[in-house]
Amino acid sequence: MTQIVYDGSYEGWLTAVFEIYEYKLKGIVFAKEEISNTLLFSNSHFVTTNGEKANRVLNDLQQRLSHHGFNNIYFAFLSELEKIEEILFRFVEYAFASPINIEGDLSRIEVSNVKKAAHLTGKESHRMKAFVRFKLTKDNLYYAIVDPDCDVLPIIEQHFKNRYSDQRWLIYDSKRKYGIYYDLENVSTVEMQFESNASSSFLAEINDENEEFFQNLWRNYFCSVNIESRKNTKLHIKHMPKRYWKNLTEKIPNLNKR
Amino acid sequence: MVQERVMEKLAILADATKYDVSCSSGQSTRKNKNKGLGDTGGGICHAFTEDGRCVSLLKILLTNHCIFDCAYCVSRKSNDIKRVAFTVQEVVDLTIGFYRRNYIEGLFLSSGIFDNADYTMERLVRIVKKLRLEENFNGYIHLKAIPGASEELLKEAGLYADRLSVNVEMPTEQSLKLLAPDKNHKDVIKPMEYLKNEIIDYQEEKKSNYKTPLFAPAGQSTQMVIGATKENDMEILGMANYFYEQMKMRRVYYSGYVPISHDNRLPAIGTPVPMIRENRLYQADWLIRYYGFNVNEIVGFDQPNLDLDIDPKLGWALRNLHQFPVDINTADLELIQRIPGIGFLSAKKIVRRKKFQKITARRFKEIRNCLQPIEVFLGFFFAFLYAKRPNFCSNKKSDFEFAKQ
Ligand code: SF4
Repeated sequence: MTQIVYDGSYEGWLTAVFEIYEYKLKGIVFAKEEISNTLLFSNSHFVTTNGEKANRVLNDLQQRLSHHGFNNIYFAFLSELEKIEEILFRFVEYAFASPINIEGDLSRIEVSNVKKAAHLTGKESHRMKAFVRFKLTKDNLYYAIVDPDCDVLPIIEQHFKNRYSDQRWLIYDSKRKYGIYYDLENVSTVEMQFESNASSSFLAEINDENEEFFQNLWRNYFCSVNIESRKNTKLHIKHMPKRYWKNLTEKIPNLNKR
Repeated sequence: MVQERVMEKLAILADATKYDVSCSSGQSTRKNKNKGLGDTGGGICHAFTEDGRCVSLLKILLTNHCIFDCAYCVSRKSNDIKRVAFTVQEVVDLTIGFYRRNYIEGLFLSSGIFDNADYTMERLVRIVKKLRLEENFNGYIHLKAIPGASEELLKEAGLYADRLSVNVEMPTEQSLKLLAPDKNHKDVIKPMEYLKNEIIDYQEEKKSNYKTPLFAPAGQSTQMVIGATKENDMEILGMANYFYEQMKMRRVYYSGYVPISHDNRLPAIGTPVPMIRENRLYQADWLIRYYGFNVNEIVGFDQPNLDLDIDPKLGWALRNLHQFPVDINTADLELIQRIPGIGFLSAKKIVRRKKFQKITARRFKEIRNCLQPIEVFLGFFFAFLYAKRPNFCSNKKSDFEFAKQ
């Protein structure tokens, strides 16, 4: 068994794939840097992320897969499912070994697992486009906190850039402790500590004076469009899973009034 | 904005539109230009009400003042309710404030009739113009055209809105006369006709000159209230078919009547909302728009109403058993689409696949991605009969090993 220790990034993982071939490593298990301290394995290989190696793997994959299949690898990686690195490695191994394009071969678990994982990320990124709720600060920044299961920020960036090109915004992933920030020109990745359950007085401090009003308007609107006689909680939760509620303005009770 | 007042108005004027069902954003093509705000395209549902419907637009009335007295409407003149009206600027601020916070995809704006049709329509137009021209807003806008409004105003509305709709409300002229004595069938049909022609003209012109401005790029739609009057499904679908064919409508919406008054022309308060019927009508509507069914194949004089227990496609199949079983390896797209349980996407996939290989039962299941029996309608297996309406695709989730749901 060889434990492959990498930095948790996509580039890092691609570098690792390159090195597995380069050093002919066998029986691999992936580990991200921070949790690798527990040295259960006698054999550890440490990967230093390397753009050139990563690109060579990407180029090779690009030639063997359709555009869609190629993207699916990235999407699957972002799903952060348990053991996704191994699942993906098995897929890549199969792709490299086969003379023809294998992505349609759903009878093979290597292929179908990746497709399912990619689908999961796709679905969640779609939901995030809907469920981001911006709040406005005094200095004109629209910020939102999200907490998705999959690491979707990199793939929803373009959507928000297109849509909100005339306002500064920040979408912060409280699970992964990083955000994407748009400064009216470019989107950049920012790492920061953002207290998601900050006190209401602190929020009142940083938020625009109309912010609370708009949130209350939205909450009231959300209540008044509901048709009581048609209540269907099961359907409601199916569309808006509970795990998203804590960041959804309309699902947070108004603490100040009523 | 005077906050308290606006809060109250929103509660009242949103409440009054909630039975209007055209809440989704239709396909439009407005792009964000010159670093403006927003775009339309995907059509995202941003929230879901507790009754499970999606919220994608800020759906409000400009006012619930009305000079008309339509029996089925909360805003009717004779109803004793609190009357309020937004100012033009308030609607603009609300829309922009909500859009910038990513609550909505755009605005759906309807209105009671203030004074006369044009006076009201002119305000609606002012709002859209302000949004587009002053706020550089490219989100979706659906405007309700006021029956009887002048052509000049309709034309302006079309230049700035994505979709326009004039509601017929009632499936027949008689019912309209009965329940909306001030309304005139002609006043509804005339603007529809005008809009249809304008939409076609602009589209034609756009082909030769790409600089031609957009005109209601998401087309027009209309709505019918179902279950308030005696019409059967054949009359309702017949009317819908007329709108699709003669008026080139994008959508016809069916809204199950929610009893709101003690008027004895209408179902009494407490009468259940015809939800299943409404759902069946939508299914039938789909069959007509996407599956190539003719209205007469779905409802006819011998059976003027849709079956509430089974969906209309299965109903059609059971009435036409002589067409089954179908061998999907020889059937064409038209026929494959007609097999209950096969959607038009699966049907297309099947046809594409057929070019390469024979579709066996196993491959078929791969395509459909669910294993419920519809074999009775196919050529694979021995026929067996349903006990009940099959629950298609209910096993989708369980075969998904690591779904985190
Ligand atoms: S004209 Fe419209 S708002 Fe006025 S009563 Fe009739 S349906 Fe209601």
